[in-house]
Amino acid sequence: MRQIAPSPPPGTDAAVLPRAALAAPGIATPAAAEGASPLPAPAQARRAGGLGDAAWPWQLASFVLVLAAWEIAGHWPVSLAFPPASRVVAAAAEMALAGDFGRAYAVTLPPLVAGIGIVGITGVALGIAMGLSRAFEWFALPLMVVLQTAPIAAIIPLLTYFYGVSATSKIAAVILLAAPIVVLNSYRGIRNTNASLVDMCRSFLGTRRQQVTKIMLPHASGMIFAGLRLGVSAGFIGVVLAELLISPTGIGDLISYNRSIARYDKMFAAIVSILALATVTLSLLQRLENRLFRPDHAVP
Amino acid sequence: MDASTRDACPARDAGHPAGGVADATPIVRVDGVTMRYANGVSALDGIDLDIPRGRLTTLLGPSGCGKTTLLKIIAGLIPPTAGTVAVNDRIVTGPGPDRALVFQDFALLPWATVLRNVAFGLELRGVPRAEREAIAAKYIRDVGLAGFEHQYPNQLSGGMRQRAGLARALAVDADILMMDEPFSAVDEQMRRKLQEDLLSLLQVEKKTVIFVTHSIEEAVYLSDRIVLLSRRPSRVSAIRDTGIAHDQPPDQIRRDRRYLDTVDEIWDTLKQYLQ
Ligand SMILES: Nc1ncnc2c1ncn2[C@@H]1O[C@H](COP(=O)(O)OP(=O)(O)O)[C@@H](O)[C@H]1O
Ligand SMILES: [Mg+2]
Repeated sequence: MRQIAPSPPPGTDAAVLPRAALAAPGIATPAAAEGASPLPAPAQARRAGGLGDAAWPWQLASFVLVLAAWEIAGHWPVSLAFPPASRVVAAAAEMALAGDFGRAYAVTLPPLVAGIGIVGITGVALGIAMGLSRAFEWFALPLMVVLQTAPIAAIIPLLTYFYGVSATSKIAAVILLAAPIVVLNSYRGIRNTNASLVDMCRSFLGTRRQQVTKIMLPHASGMIFAGLRLGVSAGFIGVVLAELLISPTGIGDLISYNRSIARYDKMFAAIVSILALATVTLSLLQRLENRLFRPDHAVP
Repeated sequence: MDASTRDACPARDAGHPAGGVADATPIVRVDGVTMRYANGVSALDGIDLDIPRGRLTTLLGPSGCGKTTLLKIIAGLIPPTAGTVAVNDRIVTGPGPDRALVFQDFALLPWATVLRNVAFGLELRGVPRAEREAIAAKYIRDVGLAGFEHQYPNQLSGGMRQRAGLARALAVDADILMMDEPFSAVDEQMRRKLQEDLLSLLQVEKKTVIFVTHSIEEAVYLSDRIVLLSRRPSRVSAIRDTGIAHDQPPDQIRRDRRYLDTVDEIWDTLKQYLQ
């Protein structure tokens, strides 16, 4: 193996002066050198805002476009069972004034909230546990994958054998539909933790607990909340399915009753009310996530 | 091979003047470190190495030769398959307060401001908030990030992110700063600026630095000592003290005859391994 000759005899030049003995100014002007920001301000706002500010004109335009298409299609008419948007809005107002929505949601929401609550807590916890521990992963992963792909709608009527025609059946339906996606997303979120951030945490003497709370959970929060949003959507589907398939009550009853008496405007009004409620819930969830875990997504 | 390596490395002989400013005892001793990953990749093959105290030592070698692996072993992040690392005569069994890392990909928390990121090492140690933020603010100024305390990493350029990474490592006041290709993700002009700024900063902060790079120019420009690693599985193929005075104005160094000669010599050595 070839050697490189030693450098000129050390000790004969300035190299031997201790660095620390030489006063040095700090570091000058990186901001001037690098520019205050890598992105022009508008680009930054767009990126930071995410679904927020810059997107709303498009969302509004898309909303108006769909309503207009619906109105035209309703007047065409495509089918007797497809009323124009204006009649659906009128029906919704009428139902709201008559208290139909109030009564229906008083029945529908408690099992929905209970189911989502259970999934939101135990489902997320199970997913996180699966991400952190091989034993949990081995135990629960196959079950969740099967549940996610199974045709749950076919199973929901069977729930009456266990829980009868009750709110419990509805809660079970919500859980069956919402749990797999919430659990799997939480699990994947933890599993995908950036290895370099974990190394960083360990090298700065972070404990395992700090690794989990300060690195893995905030890092996984995006996927966990994405799972929760999908889970909430699935939960809405679950509770309505249960009300349609098991016990004609609540908002499901509003839908099936109005269909049976051919009040399609009211039927669609009931469906649209669910969509509106789901949308509001989902956007609140997004805000909660940003506030709790991702302040960098919420910068102005 | 071991004996000849020693010949090329005067500072290892006790009392040799090359010890110069460095204490006679090395701060880090790497002894017979071998690393074989679980998948069968053999990354390091019997590395023996002393890192002199108070100097900047660079590990120079081709990509994939095991530089990061060696740095992680010294950092205590992964245990070697065989051999030991000792820091201040104590065998390394895990990360310690005497070593701080600067990461190639910055490893900043995307959801935390520059201030929290720089204070993060202290946060993990349970230093109270006001105290750690005061310390962080000082180092943010020192690395030239003043005014960016409340920005998030995605609002900063690559060069500025690495300044934050450097400030975080300085804030925990470790003796040894370990930098893994810290400037490789930054464009060329900014890399030069960062190199110059690092040298100025090191004249104030008394640190031992272990620097990893695959750039010959960067290694010679920054280092008091260069350790050449061979291709995988890596061995120490040569050790070279540059003899460059790092207290001269940064732009002078690139014109220094020693700088130019050393770049040439190292290139001559490395060329042989490329065939
Ligand atoms: N966790 C790992 N598991 C298996 N092989 C690895 C791992 N980390 C690195 N290696 C392999 O070890 C070799 C050295 O890697 P590394 O230390 O990252 O090299 P360098 O930093 O010099 O580019 C490479 O071939 C790489 O693929
Ligand atoms: Mg590397």
